[in-house]
Amino acid sequence: MAEAHLSPRIIPDRLRSRSSRALKSWESLLLVVALLIFAFNSFASPYFLDPWNLSDATFNFTEKALIAFAMALVIISGEIDLSVASIIALTSTAMGLAVTMGADTPVLVLVGLGTGLLCGMVNGLLITGLGLPSIVVTIGTMSLFRGLSFIILGDKAYTGYPESFAFFGQGYVWWVFSFELALFVVTAIVFGVLLHKTNFGRSVYAIGNNQTAALFSGVRVGRVKFILFLLTGLMAGIASICLTSRLGSTRPSIALGVELEVVTMVVLGGVSILGGSGTIPGVVLAAFIMGMVTFGFGLLNVPGIVMSIFIGVLLISVIALPILWSRARRRMAH
Amino acid sequence: MLQETTPLRMKPAITLEGISKSFPGVKALSDVSLSLYPGSVTALIGENGAGKSTLVKILTGIYQPDGGTIRVNGIETQFPTAMAASRHGVTAIHQETVLFDELSVAENIFLGHAPRNRFGLIDWKTLNGNARELLARVGADIDPTIRLRDLGIANKHMVAIARALSIDAGVVIMDEPTAALSHKEIHELYELIDRLKADGKAILFISHKFDEIFRIADRYTVFRDGGMVGEGLIADVDQDRLVKMMVGRDVGQVFPKVDVDIGEPVLTVSGYRHPTEFEDIHFELRRGEILGFYGLIGAGRSEFMQSLIGITRPSAGAVKLDGKVLVIRSPAEAIEAGIVYVPEERGRQGAIIGLSIFQNVTLPSLHRTSRSGFLKLANEFALAREYTQRLDLRAASLDQDVGTLSGGNQQKVVIAKWLATQPKVIILDEPTKGIDIGSKAAVHAFMSELAGQGLSVIMVSSEIPEIMGMADRVIVMREGRIAGRFERSELTAEKLVRAAAGIVEAA
Repeated sequence: MAEAHLSPRIIPDRLRSRSSRALKSWESLLLVVALLIFAFNSFASPYFLDPWNLSDATFNFTEKALIAFAMALVIISGEIDLSVASIIALTSTAMGLAVTMGADTPVLVLVGLGTGLLCGMVNGLLITGLGLPSIVVTIGTMSLFRGLSFIILGDKAYTGYPESFAFFGQGYVWWVFSFELALFVVTAIVFGVLLHKTNFGRSVYAIGNNQTAALFSGVRVGRVKFILFLLTGLMAGIASICLTSRLGSTRPSIALGVELEVVTMVVLGGVSILGGSGTIPGVVLAAFIMGMVTFGFGLLNVPGIVMSIFIGVLLISVIALPILWSRARRRMAH
Repeated sequence: MLQETTPLRMKPAITLEGISKSFPGVKALSDVSLSLYPGSVTALIGENGAGKSTLVKILTGIYQPDGGTIRVNGIETQFPTAMAASRHGVTAIHQETVLFDELSVAENIFLGHAPRNRFGLIDWKTLNGNARELLARVGADIDPTIRLRDLGIANKHMVAIARALSIDAGVVIMDEPTAALSHKEIHELYELIDRLKADGKAILFISHKFDEIFRIADRYTVFRDGGMVGEGLIADVDQDRLVKMMVGRDVGQVFPKVDVDIGEPVLTVSGYRHPTEFEDIHFELRRGEILGFYGLIGAGRSEFMQSLIGITRPSAGAVKLDGKVLVIRSPAEAIEAGIVYVPEERGRQGAIIGLSIFQNVTLPSLHRTSRSGFLKLANEFALAREYTQRLDLRAASLDQDVGTLSGGNQQKVVIAKWLATQPKVIILDEPTKGIDIGSKAAVHAFMSELAGQGLSVIMVSSEIPEIMGMADRVIVMREGRIAGRFERSELTAEKLVRAAAGIVEAA
């Protein structure tokens, strides 16, 4: 009956203002962390604050972040896509193959987008059409897509991309702002709007919190999930165009292990690995943090293997911390 | 071994005294007492929701009673865990037996107490030998080494019973053991129960079927609304008396039923069938009508309703809404057509915990509150406020997670969600199950109001007072078929119970 006292006849929309809620969020914590790392880096290395160096630093996260935005939606819906790095490889291989057949830049872009979409469609059909668990399907396609690249390429590499193709990975839109950074900003806005401002985004949250109830409520669960895997494939295709363009070559081992960095970025951004919650601004901040840490390590001459250890520790901590935190809170409540 | 045949002179194997158990908003059991005697079968009888399952869970250590004592062979004890109950020789065989499909029959029988060899590993030879012996004792011809999943439901029951014998249980609880069995298998089960009796087991037998109660039980105990309303020897009662005890109650609830002019048919269902769940369902639903669907749990009511909204596909059948033939392949299409289903399992199928109240309410109506696919929060809050207020929701704000509400208020949110789609037909599946009395009244009042406004309501309910209090017409389902149709004027509790239990003639 305690409820009766609290409840006025007219139920207010909100009790706490948006600003007070924002202050206590995971995103504001990430912002503080990002600022600390930024400050640390600028003290640790005199080269850090140089605009061109900072611009270079963005390449550490832009391609991965493009995929992370789509992956965030997939994970919020309660699924996962571990095949993204292999989609990059297969897409890059397809573009390389197209180059040997004399394709020029516009065709290469179409091949890249098309291959990404096709891979996403394979994942989506297996998961929503046959009702298979996404973790199993995408571990399978992870091997499959990368395996196809190895069969096509062997130990060779495709080079000889046209000069105009280099723009996507090496071009600048204005001053120090690269094409990739611009694409990152645009994609962040598009996915932010899609997740937070549309019916589709609401459906994604509904599915992630309770798929059965969402279905009963008229959410077309299969269709939504299919679109999510399609989008992830497409974003991996776009990331592959950027990466291939930046490297100027394709090897079958391209982007090996990137799926883990993408998942880490998403989870660090506050997306629950169990589905149902998370935001795009969180993922944007996580992308900055991971990019700056990588760059800082580079400036300090930390070897790559340490970076890999760091990613592993980070992934485990960001998954474990919220769980430990809520357990500790429950214990305090007792 | 010779057994005393009159159980009353014997000491009970287990005694419950003054057991009470409450859940938030519901009193499941109040001051219940029950004794089970060695070599005797006690039938536990009661409507759905009378508290039988709660009692079984207390007996098997799954729930802890709020008050009362449990005595095993006269010694007061407690069952803090399922393990403890099992150590005291209490075992249960459930409707859906809780066994492990991927393990062998012998492993299932001895799970947790398998014989070990001197290295501490499982002694497979003894295990299979002992299992074979136990299976022979229950009269089941089953190879103990095959995997459980390869057995039929009847044989799984046999394995469960063999498991009960393996822990040397003195008390065996059988919770509707015949629900999924064929005629012949039921017969074999009866013989087995006779053998268990001869072995001196105390048996608690839960069933809705009177023929088997009279065939197998020595004693009876009747529950109603969480209390015990009668007990004694089966030889001293007849079916009529038992039915009256089950349903006869002082009407403590007043139902806000309003007389409504019932209009033309809105929904016509004909020839609906499904390979396993239901058969030959046909009926008409009229404007402003509340049509009750009564039946026992597992009668196929929910399965049928869910196939109406496209969750499962029927194998045949036609649906007409306002005279137009409809093909519904998904809940989305059902909502679009104007048929909504408020599911029984609020937590699993109804409320989306993690989303706020307003997000829950507007989820099926987003196409109306949004503009070209983009959310319009102001419209959402307006819609959510309108419907939650009509249902008298108690909440601090519309932005609050629906998981922070009480069960009754969650149910209001869930009903508001489907009403906000402005349906022509609303199907409410157990709309007041497990919610407090105040919320129940609000839901009932609202149901009346809706019918008054010309909405057609189908109300699936296993609660007789609710059916009698709210429905204009009642269809009773039994084992997937329609077992009776009653107008409000001819409705009696006895008729409903008889139709649902499949009792043809008055005894």
